[in-house]
Amino acid sequence: MGSRNPRRRQQLIFAACVVIPLVASYVLFLIWPVIWAFRISISDWNLFTNVGQFVGLRNYARAFKDPIFRISLLNTFYYAILSVPVGLIVALALGMMIQAAGPLRSLFRVLYFLPVVTSEIATGVLWRWLYQPEYGLFNSMLRALRLPPQDWLLSPELAMPCVVLYATWKGIGFTTIIMMAGLDGIDRTYYEAARVDGANGWQLFRHITMPLLRPTLTFILVTGVIGALQVFGPIYVMTQGPGGPLHRTRTLVLYQYESAFLSFQWPYGTAIAFISFAIIMALTLIQLRVLRRRWEY
Amino acid sequence: MAMVLPFYWMVLTSLKSKSEIVRIPPSFFPQSLTLGNYAEAWERLDFPILLRNSAFLAFTMTVTILFSSSLVGYVFAKIEFPGRELLFVVILSSMMIPFNVVMIPLFLLIVKLHWANTYWGIIIPGIFSSFGIFLMRQVMGTIPDELLDAARIDGASEFRIFGSVALPLSTSPLAALGTLTFMGQWDAFLWPLIVLTRDDLFTLPVGLALFNNRFYTEYGPLLAGATISVIPILIVFLSAQRLFIESVALQGMKL
Repeated sequence: MGSRNPRRRQQLIFAACVVIPLVASYVLFLIWPVIWAFRISISDWNLFTNVGQFVGLRNYARAFKDPIFRISLLNTFYYAILSVPVGLIVALALGMMIQAAGPLRSLFRVLYFLPVVTSEIATGVLWRWLYQPEYGLFNSMLRALRLPPQDWLLSPELAMPCVVLYATWKGIGFTTIIMMAGLDGIDRTYYEAARVDGANGWQLFRHITMPLLRPTLTFILVTGVIGALQVFGPIYVMTQGPGGPLHRTRTLVLYQYESAFLSFQWPYGTAIAFISFAIIMALTLIQLRVLRRRWEY
Repeated sequence: MAMVLPFYWMVLTSLKSKSEIVRIPPSFFPQSLTLGNYAEAWERLDFPILLRNSAFLAFTMTVTILFSSSLVGYVFAKIEFPGRELLFVVILSSMMIPFNVVMIPLFLLIVKLHWANTYWGIIIPGIFSSFGIFLMRQVMGTIPDELLDAARIDGASEFRIFGSVALPLSTSPLAALGTLTFMGQWDAFLWPLIVLTRDDLFTLPVGLALFNNRFYTEYGPLLAGATISVIPILIVFLSAQRLFIESVALQGMKL
């Protein structure tokens, strides 16, 4: 044992050299900012004078009375309810289609992945141009089909679905790759055995693919909801300006960004951030619990 | 193909003349192509500088995160020390905290440290990646202890064992983590936009975003700028597409 003791000491020193900077970084750049943010959110602190007084939960109460906050919250849910199921279903369909595509498989994977690697800013301009009411591609196609042209991003009803369509195009390659990894993990012999027993395509999908794909579906669903509730990029690049027509595309993160960095109401912006954090946490825990309960036999 | 048609439209529009862009109905095969929009975009945006800044930041961040993640992952997987489990739980749960909660105080901290308008303000808070640490701990955990003990008996230091035994055995997860990190950093937009206000420091997404705000409806130069900005990452992606796709597949395995 005597020869192991200096070795153990050396190990502890090595661990300390790694762990101390790690802890310092997490305290300085994460834990302390969270505490600080909370203190800002219960004060009337002003960036320019750098003075602030404790005001209790006033900023939180203000959010619940603020109609723009309410509409941002509803828009955020609307975005999640549209984008998550669409993304899930399209990725599942594409994943199964690409898997069956044989030698063209890798070509398809590259094509669907292309929008994922291109920058959000660049594709955002591109899609604004496609949606452009007078000269855009979509309205030209409608006119060619003798259908009435639409206002797309300028229409209160269509603005959010347009953002969702763009976000789906941009992100579907990512979800599809994850879906395909899940599909590849299913043992082929299950299908062969079921086919010998006379199962049809739908039965194979319903009783083999779906149950064995559950971990992948859970992953996509839970990370999808978290991502959708924090959506910023697609909204920002599609509808710059005051949150789209009639505030229809203003989401929580966008409203928080505007409150803090554009109208300099830092305490209010921080309070919005904590409220959205609480909502995301609650929804994530509920989802995990519901999905786990449903999937135990 | 619905996926590539928008890209075709982007390149096509950027090559059209100003009068042809606003023609109704738009032409799918224009009679004349011009590079005028590219000249205009190139004049208004300093692409070589933007590209250099983006490449520098994305490369530095990727190397830093690969090094820190594998080192911390190794320590968490292979060395016992007091408080190890608790600390790991803290790191895992920190992945749940949305960036927008800490964004405001972090910005104030960066200003206080005089790191606003410097790359330190972006690099230093990003040294450690919770996802990277989590991934590399799982990877390092699969390395058999016997291999490490053999090196210890030979008298190698812990850092040497990490560098010459553990690292070479984790090259493919490291390649995947590197690809994911590079992809994320290359497109990083919100934090650089907040920290950097000097245009000689801007990255490609920041420069392009401000260019968009300024010339909101001049689609010719805007789309030319977008096309130029897409080319470098497209070359990287097409030359290493297997690596990109396998890296994303690996991320799905993390739950």
